Amino acid sequence: MPTALTIADVERIAALAQLELTDEEKLLFTKQLADILAYAEQVQAIDTSGVPATAHVNAAQRTEREDEPRQSLPVEDAIANAPDAAPEAGLFRVPRVIGG
Amino acid sequence: MTLLDGTARTIRDEIAAGRVSATDVCRVFLDRIGAVNPALNAFNLVDADRALGRAHDIDRRRRSGDPLGPLAGVPIAVKDNMNVRGLRTTASSRILERFVPPYDATIVTRLEEAGAVIVGKTNCDEFAMGSSSESSAFGPVRNPWALDRIPGGSSGGSAAAVAARCVPVALGSDTGGSIRQPAAFCGVVGLKPTYGRVSRYGLLAFASSLDQIGPFARNVADAALVLSALAGADPRDATTADERVPDFTASLTGDVKGVRIGVPRAFVTEGVDDDVRHAFDRALDALRDAGATLVDVDLPHAKYAIPVYYLIATAEASSNLARYDGVKYGYRSPAAKDEGLKAMYSRTRDEGFGPEVKRRIMLGTYVLSAGYYDAFYLKAQQVRTLLRRDYDQAFKRVDVVAMPTSPTPPFTLGEKTGDPLQMYLADVFTVSANLAGLPGISLPCGFSQDGLPIGFQLMGRMFDEAMLLRVGDAYERVTEWSTKAPSSI
Repeated sequence: MPTALTIADVERIAALAQLELTDEEKLLFTKQLADILAYAEQVQAIDTSGVPATAHVNAAQRTEREDEPRQSLPVEDAIANAPDAAPEAGLFRVPRVIGG
Repeated sequence: MTLLDGTARTIRDEIAAGRVSATDVCRVFLDRIGAVNPALNAFNLVDADRALGRAHDIDRRRRSGDPLGPLAGVPIAVKDNMNVRGLRTTASSRILERFVPPYDATIVTRLEEAGAVIVGKTNCDEFAMGSSSESSAFGPVRNPWALDRIPGGSSGGSAAAVAARCVPVALGSDTGGSIRQPAAFCGVVGLKPTYGRVSRYGLLAFASSLDQIGPFARNVADAALVLSALAGADPRDATTADERVPDFTASLTGDVKGVRIGVPRAFVTEGVDDDVRHAFDRALDALRDAGATLVDVDLPHAKYAIPVYYLIATAEASSNLARYDGVKYGYRSPAAKDEGLKAMYSRTRDEGFGPEVKRRIMLGTYVLSAGYYDAFYLKAQQVRTLLRRDYDQAFKRVDVVAMPTSPTPPFTLGEKTGDPLQMYLADVFTVSANLAGLPGISLPCGFSQDGLPIGFQLMGRMFDEAMLLRVGDAYERVTEWSTKAPSSI
C-alpha cells in the first residue's frame, strides 16, 4: 500500500487531532509525514499471520480494588490551573459550544 | 576530592557521620548550578529556598538522632515532566508554561522519604519527544563535554546536570531511549528499569505502554541506590508490578564469572560509527577478560524496531496529548475567544505545541485513523510481539544482551532538526527495550577521536535489573571511564 499523502489528507488529520495548522505547517508536514510513513511501510512486508498484537507487556496487572470512597483532589486545587474558571461554582468556563 | 565529585553514597555517608551538613552540601551544588547552567541550559527551574529548607530538615533530624534515609541530604534533579507539588511542571512546552501541579508524583514522595533533596527541574525535549533536547520550548541543552554538541534526549538536562557535577544523581524518563542515549552522550550511567518496576503516577504521559522512570548517576552503585528508593508497586499506578524489590546494592558483587553476554553481531554492524564500534568491542573484551562468556545471539526483528516504535509511540501520544485543550490547565489561545469551543481547542493546540509534538500527534492520529489502523498500528503491535519473542529466545541462552547505546557519538546542534526521520534513526539500539518492556542500562565505555563520550548498553530479562547492575559494576571496576569529568566547563 504505497503512501501518497496530500495536503487534503494533512488537513483531514489535523481536524481529527484538533490542530489548526498554518499553511506553512501543512506543506512541511505533508512532506515529512510522507517520508516517515514510506519508511514505516517496511513493517507491512513482515508475515504476521496468526501473531497476536502486543498492546502492553504487563505480565500481571492489578486492575481492581475494593470500591471504597477515597479522598480525591479538592475542587479548588483541581481548577486552580484553569485558564478560565468559575471558582465559586467549582466549574471550568469554556467558550460557547452550541451555535458558536 | 571535593564535594562536587562525591557520589550520592559518599555524600550521604559524610552527612550521616556529621562531617558535613546537608545544608552545606546543598549550597555547594546550588552554587555549581548557578555557575554552569547559563552555558548548559540544563535546568528549567531551580528552587534554592525549597532545597535548603529540606536540607535543613535533614540536618535537624541528624542532630536529634532521628533515623536518616538511604539518600539523606543527597541533591537530586528531576526531569521537568514529573510533578513536584508547588513547582512548575512544563514538560518544556509553552502549553504548560505556567502549570503548577497540585500533587507529588509517587517517585517524588519516595525520593523525599529517602531523604533526597530536590534542587530543581531539568530541561528536556518538549513532552519528552526527541533525541537531542533541541525540541524544548525553552532552548536546547548543551553537552558539558562540548558545548556545540547536543546532550542527547529527551532527558538531556538530567544527563548534562549529572555530567557537569550540578547534582550527583538525577531522574529521567525513557520511552524509546530517553535515559540511556543522553547518558551515553554525556558520559554517565543511565538506567531504564523494567516496565512496571517504577510508578509513573505524576509523570506526564507520552506513550503509556512504553514510558518508564529511572536514574542517572556517575556510577552503577549510585544508580542501584536510587533505583532501590524508587522501585515497587504503587496503588496509584495500575501498571506497576507486584514483583519483589531486591536490595539492588547487594547485587554489586564485582563478579561476572560465568555470566553469559549475548551480542547481536548482525544487528550492530550496519551504520555504526567506527569509534563507537571500537569502544563497544573493547568493552566486550574487558567483560570477557573479567570472566564473562560472549555468545552470539540473533534478533531477526530488531531491525524493524524503529518503524514499530514510531508507529506505536505516536499513536499513544496522539491520544495522551488530547488532554491539552486549554480547558483544565495550561495555555489557552486568546485569539479564539469569540469563535466557539472548537476554534479555541485547535488554536490553543497550534499555538501551545511545538513542531515535533505536532508532527507526532499528526502521525499518531493518521496511523489510528480509519483505513490505516490495520496496516500501520495493528501491524506494528504484531511485529512488537515478534520482537519480544526474539528477546525471549535470546534470554534462554544468555543473561544480558549487549549493544552500543547509540550508533554515533553526540551530534552537533541543528545537525538533524531539519530531517525528523534521521533524528528517529538515532534511536535504533534503544527502542527495543521499551517495546519488549525490558530493563536497560547505558555505561560509559570510552571517547571518540574528538573526545566525545561513547556508551554501551546492557539489556536484561524483565525485573532482572540486579543482573545489569552487577555486570555494569564489574565493568566499572576494570575500567576507568566513569571517573572522567568534562573539562570544558
